[in-house]
Amino acid sequence: MSERELIMGRIRAALKTRARQPGGHKPASTKVANSTPRQWLPKVGDGIDEQLALFARNVAGLKADFQLFQSVEEMRQALVQMSDTEGWKRLAGHSGDLTNAICQALKLPLLRTDKAYAVNELEQCDAGISECDALVAQTGSVLVTNRSAGGRALSVLPPHHVVLARRGQLVPDLPAAFELLKRKYADNYPSMISFITGPSRTGDIERILVLGAHGPKKLTIFCLQD
Amino acid sequence: MSTFATQFLKQARAMTADLRHRRIIRTALGNYEIARDQGRSSFQDWESARQLAAEMKWEAVNHLDSYLEAFTAKIEARGTKVHWASTGEQAREIILQIVRDKEARSIIKSKAMTAEEIHLNDALENAGLNVVENDLGEFIVQLRHEAPYHIVFPSMHLTRCEISDLFQRELGSAPTNDPEELTMIARRVLRKKYLTADIGITGANFAIAETGMISITENEGNARLTAALPKTMITLMGIEKVLPKLEDLALFLPMLATMGTGQPLTCYNTMYGGPRQAGESDGPEEWHVVLLDNHRTELLAEAEQRDALHCIRCGACLNVCPIFRNVGGHTYGTTYSGPIGSVITPHLRGLQDWKHLSNASSLCGACTETCPVKIDLHHHLLQNRRNASAAQPSFFERLAYKIFGFIASRPTLWSIAKTLGRWGQPFQNLVKGSALDPAKAWTQTRDLPPLAAESFKDWWRNRK
Repeated sequence: MSERELIMGRIRAALKTRARQPGGHKPASTKVANSTPRQWLPKVGDGIDEQLALFARNVAGLKADFQLFQSVEEMRQALVQMSDTEGWKRLAGHSGDLTNAICQALKLPLLRTDKAYAVNELEQCDAGISECDALVAQTGSVLVTNRSAGGRALSVLPPHHVVLARRGQLVPDLPAAFELLKRKYADNYPSMISFITGPSRTGDIERILVLGAHGPKKLTIFCLQD
Repeated sequence: MSTFATQFLKQARAMTADLRHRRIIRTALGNYEIARDQGRSSFQDWESARQLAAEMKWEAVNHLDSYLEAFTAKIEARGTKVHWASTGEQAREIILQIVRDKEARSIIKSKAMTAEEIHLNDALENAGLNVVENDLGEFIVQLRHEAPYHIVFPSMHLTRCEISDLFQRELGSAPTNDPEELTMIARRVLRKKYLTADIGITGANFAIAETGMISITENEGNARLTAALPKTMITLMGIEKVLPKLEDLALFLPMLATMGTGQPLTCYNTMYGGPRQAGESDGPEEWHVVLLDNHRTELLAEAEQRDALHCIRCGACLNVCPIFRNVGGHTYGTTYSGPIGSVITPHLRGLQDWKHLSNASSLCGACTETCPVKIDLHHHLLQNRRNASAAQPSFFERLAYKIFGFIASRPTLWSIAKTLGRWGQPFQNLVKGSALDPAKAWTQTRDLPPLAAESFKDWWRNRK
């Protein structure tokens, strides 16, 4: 017999005895029966404006940068200004509606990561610019997949990750983000899906927060008011 | 007493007297406590969230066979190779074989307690390979050649000065007491490793049956890079990690973060559903998932304690445990420490050798109160005690209780014993805690209050 059959056999034999219902020694409340996580997770407020405000608050708390723009032109100017201030020399990005419209304005060498690329070159880039699948108001997260955001490494290897998004991509909470993934990808999921919640961080030295442990030190979210 | 128990007692005695250690742990956990409490109170109803999480885990663990079948079928369909290991030795052998096949020289590894459990690094190093831990805390303890102190905060027992000294000695870096600079030193060292490693090894926090994915929770981005850059990726996970549906993560990801570190959500929560697919530009060409039993099916067979397999390894029970906070993580001598470690280690490594951990508890129940998936932790400690003494009863203990029962059920004998006790107590005080005291183990650190001059019965009889 294979190890798989042996382990499965032990599991089936073990499960012949029923375990007590969960909830420990105390009688469980019955109100969770047929409930969904959304009912118990933190509140997100009603309407897109309230949720957008919540998203902005959460992002600020995470020490990331969030800016809202009225037009593609405004967004382009802001990025050019950021590039000048930080002295970017090389950029990485992928092809997409927003990235195509914005990145050309920077007039910098651009490494495309949605096609075969050299990792060492990506490591030399000053910023990675990507789109995303959704913004999550409840947690201030950016939802990316390797299909929508230029592969697995673009959003973690360069020291600055810039996300270009549209206001319509805001979803209220985590359950809505998973609903969106199911709707969008059905049974053909990208091989990587990631909720990015603020710039990379660690507290492993005396529990003191330090940004940029292995991933980006900076996370910027540019959002188009469409 | 097992040698493990003797070692535990010896070290626990030393650590509880180490005030510096206690101060470090108290400070480290102080900020966590504030953040955790804020996080819990932001939920609309934390108690209901816990109950729902417990029910989801119950469903998964009690139908583990069908969820594992679904998980492996889905993940294999996307080109992932799934391996099954009944023992730690088999898991190590599977991983070594992959490494040999790939002729790999350098390996990077993101934090995985399952790998600690099977001593994977030792096996790889003995085979002449270079394995580097890339979670900052794990990197630090690896440089010190010691085990992680805590399942979530591996280096919480160290101060920045100690870490600076370590980096100077091992990495030749300049002295600094700035946590940010220390982190950047590690970042620079590890960046090179990511770019040159042949193989990346990860653990898994959850596996999703419905879609055939694993989910990894982290803050640093080290697991993201481990799963993006090397050509071959290996994931080692316990068989109990499966959840039924993708959307179940909407509850478990924030709960794990809230209880683990006090964050609403950790920085990266990533789901992987296969190696690089056609049309994808990066990611590993090969992905191996190793499913580890290592006595988990034995715990599964104990229906009474099966819920210990619900554990999401958040470490919340360690953080609230008065024993853990005083004796420290290394004293346990186990991979999993604190209340959950005391509950499951006897199942993973043998009840008689590890039963002392279940006795090292005041049964205050703080662990059970805090557990986000409602594992009945302190009752399981009691059950371990019961099972251990049923399997190997202590002759003297049984004799003592027999004698006590005999006397206590006979009023005349009881009243004689009381009088003798009252007379004898001053003499006991002369030998208290010394080699002459038969109850030395107990009386060394405890005072017996003086017996009342008059018993309640006498007082009742003599009252006016």
